[in-house]
Amino acid sequence: MSDRTDPLSFLSPPRTVTDAEGRDIELRELAPENKEHLVEMYLAFSPEDRAQGIPPIDEKDTRKWLELVIGEGNFNIVAWHEGRVVGHAMLVGDGDEDYELAIFVLQAYQGAGIGTEVLRTVLGLGQQANIDRVWLSVERWNSPAINLYEKTGFERTKNTNFELEMELELD
Amino acid sequence: MHSLVGIDGSDLSFKALNEVAGRARGAGDRFTIAVYSSGDRSLGDIEADVRDRIETIGVDASIERIETDPGGELIELTERDGHDRIVLPGGEKSPVGKIQLDDTVEFVVLNARTSVTLVR
Repeated sequence: MSDRTDPLSFLSPPRTVTDAEGRDIELRELAPENKEHLVEMYLAFSPEDRAQGIPPIDEKDTRKWLELVIGEGNFNIVAWHEGRVVGHAMLVGDGDEDYELAIFVLQAYQGAGIGTEVLRTVLGLGQQANIDRVWLSVERWNSPAINLYEKTGFERTKNTNFELEMELELD
Repeated sequence: MHSLVGIDGSDLSFKALNEVAGRARGAGDRFTIAVYSSGDRSLGDIEADVRDRIETIGVDASIERIETDPGGELIELTERDGHDRIVLPGGEKSPVGKIQLDDTVEFVVLNARTSVTLVR
């Protein structure tokens, strides 16, 4: 029960963790030469796991979207397993000193605790970069994601009929 | 078809206007423009741009100004004037690229009795 009151600590990359399936997962900051690995992950992404329109479905839009999120000034963590990218978390500047968070894990790697570790790591990276505040929006029906964010210390700031907004002070 | 198109001054809302106006001109449909402000721009500014735009396209449309509570007022207008459809800008994106529906869109989608078209 202590999880509910003590948010998870944030850890900076690189790290290696073992997931619930016994797979060794490496968490690293995205290197420019690994961009194609990230494209591959999103091309393998299943459409029903999209959230609020991302990732885009076709390759051209996916590449365009990735250019945006991996652009200068943003922070990206990738999770590696056996030479493939299987998870990705990003902090994208909102032009107002704060950062929006988004996170995706490949279907076959969901439910094994990787999302939690990718999240802790991207927040560790954000903390290292002296980011003050991180926010996100999540579909209201997505309880697994909402639980994960709450466990990490995110608090609800705005509720609409479709989405929930949450924020975290990184200090 | 008599559409009501909501214009909040965003680029997407002018895209919505172009689509509705283009179709109306082709099909001889009527449409009404409801102008409201959801950001920094004043209602007068937005309305002036709307008048320019419809003049350029070469269509005739009546313009309604909505001062407060755009969601509720759009529904009222539709009920009062019997529009068949409401067209709104509905695809602004967050910094990570997620589609964001503003309060007006959300209210209209949940409360309209007519069809609602969100332009992206």
